[in-house]
Amino acid sequence: MPETSRRGLLFGTAAISAGAFLTACTSNEKKDEPAANDEPAADDKPGKPVTIGFAGPQADHGWLNAINDNARNQAKKYSDVTLDITEGSNDTAAQIGQIDALINKKVDVLVILPADGKALTQAGLKAMRAGIPVINLDRIFADPQAFRCYVGGDNYGMGVNAGNYIGEKLKDKAGATVIELSGPDSLELTKQRTQGFDDALANYPNIKKVARQAADFTVESGQAKMAQLLQAQSKFDALWNHDDDQGVGALRAIDQAGRDGFLMVGGAGAKSAMDAIKADNSVLKATVLYPPIMASSAIDLARALGQGKGVSGMAGLEIPAQVTLFSAVVDKTNIDEYLPQGFS
Amino acid sequence: MKQPASEAQQGGPDAAPAADAAPVPLTKPAGKTPGGSGSRPPLGLRLDFRTLSLLGVLAVLIIVGGATKPDAFLATSNLQLVLTQASIIGVVTVGMTFVITSGGIDLSVGAIVALASVWATTLATQEYGFAGILFTAIIVGLACGLVNGVLIAYGGMAPFIATLAIMASARGLALLITEGNTQIVTLKSVLDLAARDSYILGIPPLVIIFAVVTVVGWLLLNRTTFGRRTIAVGGNAEATRLAGIDVRRQRLYLYLFSGLCCGIAAFMLIVLSGSGQNTNGNLYELDAIAAAIIGGTLLSGGRGTIVGSVLGVLIFTTITNIFALNNLQSDVQQIAKGAIIVAAVLVQSRTARHGEA
Repeated sequence: MPETSRRGLLFGTAAISAGAFLTACTSNEKKDEPAANDEPAADDKPGKPVTIGFAGPQADHGWLNAINDNARNQAKKYSDVTLDITEGSNDTAAQIGQIDALINKKVDVLVILPADGKALTQAGLKAMRAGIPVINLDRIFADPQAFRCYVGGDNYGMGVNAGNYIGEKLKDKAGATVIELSGPDSLELTKQRTQGFDDALANYPNIKKVARQAADFTVESGQAKMAQLLQAQSKFDALWNHDDDQGVGALRAIDQAGRDGFLMVGGAGAKSAMDAIKADNSVLKATVLYPPIMASSAIDLARALGQGKGVSGMAGLEIPAQVTLFSAVVDKTNIDEYLPQGFS
Repeated sequence: MKQPASEAQQGGPDAAPAADAAPVPLTKPAGKTPGGSGSRPPLGLRLDFRTLSLLGVLAVLIIVGGATKPDAFLATSNLQLVLTQASIIGVVTVGMTFVITSGGIDLSVGAIVALASVWATTLATQEYGFAGILFTAIIVGLACGLVNGVLIAYGGMAPFIATLAIMASARGLALLITEGNTQIVTLKSVLDLAARDSYILGIPPLVIIFAVVTVVGWLLLNRTTFGRRTIAVGGNAEATRLAGIDVRRQRLYLYLFSGLCCGIAAFMLIVLSGSGQNTNGNLYELDAIAAAIIGGTLLSGGRGTIVGSVLGVLIFTTITNIFALNNLQSDVQQIAKGAIIVAAVLVQSRTARHGEA
């Protein structure tokens, strides 16, 4: 008996202390968080109060997270804007339900980032018919009648800009070779990015794309696929990686294989990638943005729409019907301007 | 009575004395299970037909790889790469093999790897350094395994349902901790473990961990009472219970072991990828189950082989490697992978039937 209880006591204590330790280990708070970039919005004075409903997918990776944060922060800058943001969902049915709820609440403007653009077209149409203008963010509805204004990134342009950037760097090198680490092939945006990249490279006859592998936007897959690419290609001059999140893994693989002597360009614009570009101590020299700041623009446009105004800097009395953000290439020369936009 | 009262309640009146004191009858049910590694092999590996056919498949793959890309495929660096890429899923598969051998299934392995890797890479954990990360990954793995085990062994839930539930909640918890962000590991001591400089006699440390887990798993399954009991529970749980073995406690231990393997795998993944992400370990459960089944472990339980599982993992990793080296895209890769699974299992069951006839 005493034997057992002593053992029990030992295991009990160990389990409790392990539990206490683990509970203390869930925190991701940085010790010295620098003050957030909170400059006042360069915009006109408070006007008519506007309630903006925001429905997005589940923020399960950095970029979507940044979308939500940007929307929230932008709304906070205006005293006349109330943001009604739903719990994100990747389930089409659940997102339709959330949009219905926002319609019933009679918000003034809806900003919708659909989990699946085509599948949520009906929800957009319903809101428009109920007299609530819809700003369709990033993933476009199948029917233009389902939105008043579309705000999104340019996946094709992202590929084009990556291709041209690499092309300009390698244009004087005869027989240059390029490899591509793409996102998941199951997504349309991956095809668009690859198409843009190929089309831009076609401008440079001296450059040949010799290999392409698809990772799936995760660090783990980025590491695995990059390790294979490095094994397959003993020498190449440039690499375009579609996504900075998987790029963390790709950089690990490059580091582990001890490889350098080529130019790496990333995609999306994560903070970790921007930090690496600024530090300039790895093969990563540039990244092509797919800016989550589009969520801030969507809030600006929604506010203007709600107040019946145009956008300052544009002559129109109304906001435009479509806004496609430019996928800028960020490298050492302009990194300081873009660093605050980097997302983690 | 040496055992506490609760023990007797759990395993029936005769369970307590038999569990620790009578190893002799425990070898019996194992000896009766058909073929495979259940019967006590002589010292060293007994190459049965299943293992031979797996080695044959692997040999064919190596010939294909060597013929299509001789320079890249046959390099030492590629051997290191294939083994490293096999090591993480390999460790998970060893745990899975035990669970399947006992007639169970663990669908939560991928989610546990994700949760453990995320929990062990929070900024708070990273402050405790190398040991803090290793400890957290393993304890989180064990804790998840404990929950699985208690739900299945004592809660009477079907393994499929219980581990499906844990799969969902562990992924959810991982997402809650990361808030969708990628947690980057900055500790050099952890990252260096995957660096070329830390290879021991040309063998990456991750591969050494995989080898140790494999050897421990093989010994555990083939040379200990624990292994005999596992096979017995999978062969006929009721008969095993009547033979005086505490079946429920055995099941608890098995899911704990699988959780432990996931914890180790999570640590290895942190080392390799230098990060923790809630998407880690995606579809590990299916990869591990497929490797175990191809290896010759019976999905219905009662027969398990660690050697087969490891060969199964190596076959999958080699296929992926050959495809990537030949620059085949993911659509072709997936189709061919499915075809090769079918072919491998067909060849294997045929050879096995001929061998036993």
